[in-house]
Order: sequence, then C-alpha cells, then structure tokens
Amino acid sequence: MKFTRPETLYDTQTHYCSGCGHGIAHRLVAQAIDELGIRERVIGTAPVGCAVLLYDYFNCDIIECSHGRSPAAATGIKRCLPDRIVFTYQGDGDLAAIGTAETIHTANRGENITVIFINNAIYGMTGGQMAPTTMVSQITTTTPDGRDAQLQGPPIKVCELLSSLDGVAYLERVSVSSPKDVIKAGQAIKKAFQYQIDGKGFSLVEVLSMCPTDWKVSPAKALDFVNNEMKTAFPLGVYKDAG
Amino acid sequence: MNSTTEKLFIKGNEVMCEAAVRAGCRFFAGYPITPQNEVPEYMSWRLPQAGGIFLQAESEIAAINMLFGASSTGTRCMTSSSSPGISLKQEGISYIAGAELPCVIANIQRGGPGLGNIRGSQADYFQATKGGGHGDYRLIVLAPATCQELWQLTMNAFDYADYYRNPVMILGDGILGQMAEPVEPIPYKPIVDLPDKDWILDGCKNRDPRVIRTLFLRPSDALMKHNLHLQDKCHTIQTELELVEKVNIDDAKLVVTAYGSTARIARGAIQMARHKGMKVGLIRPITLWPFPYVPFLEATETAKKFLVCEMSQGQMIEDVMLACQCKRPVEFFGYGGGWYPTSEKIFDHIQAVYEE
Repeated sequence: MKFTRPETLYDTQTHYCSGCGHGIAHRLVAQAIDELGIRERVIGTAPVGCAVLLYDYFNCDIIECSHGRSPAAATGIKRCLPDRIVFTYQGDGDLAAIGTAETIHTANRGENITVIFINNAIYGMTGGQMAPTTMVSQITTTTPDGRDAQLQGPPIKVCELLSSLDGVAYLERVSVSSPKDVIKAGQAIKKAFQYQIDGKGFSLVEVLSMCPTDWKVSPAKALDFVNNEMKTAFPLGVYKDAG
Repeated sequence: MNSTTEKLFIKGNEVMCEAAVRAGCRFFAGYPITPQNEVPEYMSWRLPQAGGIFLQAESEIAAINMLFGASSTGTRCMTSSSSPGISLKQEGISYIAGAELPCVIANIQRGGPGLGNIRGSQADYFQATKGGGHGDYRLIVLAPATCQELWQLTMNAFDYADYYRNPVMILGDGILGQMAEPVEPIPYKPIVDLPDKDWILDGCKNRDPRVIRTLFLRPSDALMKHNLHLQDKCHTIQTELELVEKVNIDDAKLVVTAYGSTARIARGAIQMARHKGMKVGLIRPITLWPFPYVPFLEATETAKKFLVCEMSQGQMIEDVMLACQCKRPVEFFGYGGGWYPTSEKIFDHIQAVYEE
C-alpha cells in the first residue's frame, strides 16, 4: 500500500504545532473526500480558532465564518445548493461555547451537512484558556487552580447532548491519539460524508485531539493525556446512528 | 393580466417581500420581532412558491450568518428585523461587508435603546450609516418614505448589492412597515448592468478552488490593502449613488429636512407654510449613506436656516450640520421613544424658526 497525500490537501507546510491533532484530522477529512470522489462538489467552512487558516491547506472551496456561526453559514450554503457537499470544521470553543445555539438548532433542523468537531479541551489559538470541554481539575490560563465544577460547571459533552435531538442522523466520538484510533476516526468521518451524500441529515464526528502546546506537555505526553484522561471524560463510540 | 395596471393594497412589510421576490430574492432567513413580523410570515409561503428558501432562524445572529452562506453561493438573499434584532446582526454584517457579499437587510425601526418599545422610530440612523459593526466598512442605506417607493427601492437594493458587492440596508420604520396603501407593482428590471458573479462558491468543478475570507493576516499589510480596496469602492458608491428629493428649494429661506416617514409628515407642514406665503422647502435624503451632502451646501446659498426633523433625539442632524459647513444655523425638532411629530407640530416649529 502506497501512502500518498490526498488530492484534497495542498502540498504545503501547516502552521500547526508539533504534536497537534489538526494535521491528522485534516488528512482524514481530505482522504474521505478523495475516496468519495466529491472534491469538486465540496464547500467547507473555516472556523475561528487554530484551524482558521484551513483554506491554506484544503484544495476545495472554503468560506471563513465568524466565531461559532459555521453551522448557520453552512445551512445557507446547503439550502441554496442542495446537491453540493458541505462540511464545517470547528473547535470546542467555536462549536460548544459561542456557537452552541447554532450547533443545536442546525442539528435539530436535521440540516444535511457534516460537522467535524475537534475537541482538545482548551482554547488553542488564544493561548490556553478554559474551553467548554475543559475537564474538571484541568489547569488552563483562566482556571489556574483547575476547573472547578462548582464554579465553572463540568465539561459539555456534545455527542451526548445532541443525541436527544430527532433531527440528528449520526454522531460518533473518535480520537486521533493512536494509530488504531486514527483508522477508526477516518472511517467515522467518511461515514459522516456518506450520510450527507445519501441525504440522511445532520452528522457530527467529535474528534478528541491533542494540544501539547497549551496543555504544556510534550507531544508524547499529549497522546497519553487523550488516552488516559480525555477518553475517560469523553467516552468514544457511536452516540446516534439513524442508519 | 397586464402587471403594470395591477394595483395592490398592501402593508409596507409585505410590499418589501413581494418586491424582493419579484427582484429575484430566493433566500430569506429571519427571526420574529415586532413591528416586522409580516416579513417572515409573508416570506414563509411566498418564497417556496417562487422556488426559494425560507428559514426561520433560531436568532438574528443565525439569520445573518445564514445569509453569509447563502450569498456566498450567489443567491439573492435578504433578512429583516427591527432595532434590537439589527443590533444582534451587527457582527455578521461586518463579516458580510468585509467579505464583499451582496445581501439586503431591512431594519423596520422601533423605539430604543434596549428593548425600547414597538412603535415606529428613527433612532438607528447612527447604527445604519456610521458602521454598527466593527471595522472600516459602509452599508448602502436606503430610506423609503412611501410603500410605492419601498417597492422600487427594495428592487433596487438587490441590484446595488450585486453591483457593488456590498450589503444594502433598507432603513424603514414601524409606521412604514405597518401602513397599508395602494402600490403599483412595477415589474422588476435591473437598474444597472449586473456583473457576472465570478466569485461564488459552488464547488471547484473545472476551476481552481475559491476562498471567501474575512481574515487577512499575511502578508502583514494584507488587511490594509483590503481596506483600501473597500474604501475605493466606498468612494465610487459616493460618486455614483446619492439619491435625494428636493421640494421647493430654489427660493427657500428655510429648508426642512427629514427622511422616511418623517419626511412624509414634513411635506404636509411645508404645504401649510407655503399657503401662508412662507418660503419653505424640503430636502429628503433617500440614500442616507452615501449622504447627499452637496444639495445641502448648495441650499446654503439661498436658505437662511435649516430645520431637521427626525423620530429620534437628533442623529441625521449631525450629517446636515456637516453638509452645511457651519454656513447656516441648523435647528432640530424631533421626538424619540417611538413617537412621530404631526404636520401641525412641525409647522409650529417652522413658524418659530422662520426668518424672511
């Protein structure tokens, strides 16, 4: 088997830090688009957050949205061009804090789009503040003594939250913290795009991902953090599959 | 049926919808708020009938961002709201302006600040014409005074938006939105040669991928260059698009100025003054941005005073003062809080400030 760069990714260096999970997630999205042969039908949205520059990496049409509003913009695009394939790529602050209303209502309308949700439990681009998915006791620059569930509440579990909505077709939480996890994540992302192609409605893949820089650990330790801490707080698995 | 002989008896809010659909609007997203609720209600049945999309959004924020997406596909699109809801849209409007996406935004103004009240108002002039959202951008702002003019300006708004790749705001008020009057539904005809939309996102089949961006980090002067481009566009719009109505200005010693519903009321006051032999005229800006500065400066040649009437505590008056360059005194008469002046009250003020 030959390992090559997907056509949907440009041949360029990314700005991501060593050990960051975005590069892996980008590749999995690009690979799914390649395998499904849909690159020329795809319109993606860039979030506010570390992935804001994803249009420098993805070889397809991209629109850069305001913080948290990608699902609304994607709704506008998909409703106007129902035969195109529309995906959003959002971080935890974008999707589960400032954009919570758009996330929930886009899911509940059953918009036929694919959401790639990168959960690294921290605000990366702004330098390591508390995210809605920061875990209890996790230290960030705005929770210097660790997140206190009494003061800041516990982390939001997006797949669990959205699983109650009838409009949702497919929800799965995956990880990119081991080779086995990466393979499973790739399958889930491809399935989420396939559901859109088949007109099944809203799908979201939550990807547990590493942020060694803002967690202030080495890339190797960041993998351990996902495998040991995050997978406990955010259990992997399929949360909804309308089939 | 010959559509030019058709007459509609129709509310302002519905005039805007029907004109929009006939001008090719095929996407609307909005959120209920008084006094513009007829707009989403009308669009909810009318747009699907025309093969378009209606979406009741979860918020004004979502609605404007739905437009951000819809416009990026090249679809003619519109949202409407009233003052507090327009405040919520401001971040999205800034993005749309920055990305140079055409769309039409209607503000059927109500009293503010805060939740204010639900009566007609003109207290959002600053917000509409001076920015509203963050960053260096301008909206084209149209101020119709009658339902017939609302029909025409709504159609024109889509053309201006596409032609200049700039969001256009229809700045109405609760009186115009709620008032029904006979309207001749003049068929849509583009008022400019519309350029091809060679920037839209529709998938990169047989072409290079396109990006619609609102972030300009690299190189370090990228945003400066983008802003200069936006500024050039603004200068072009200022040169090409200043709409104004002048009534009895040539011999006027006093120039009354007002826009929208207030201009209509002021017209009655000016008639009263003329009956009394007073030389009073009216300048009615139709575009609030670009503001028609020149007619005011020209009027300083003969007029001794200006009287600005608004349904606010005084906002457009600042542009009138700028336009007059301190050559003549500028008086103000207005009500805020969702109240409108009567023609009689304006006439009283005309009498109080008038000098032969």
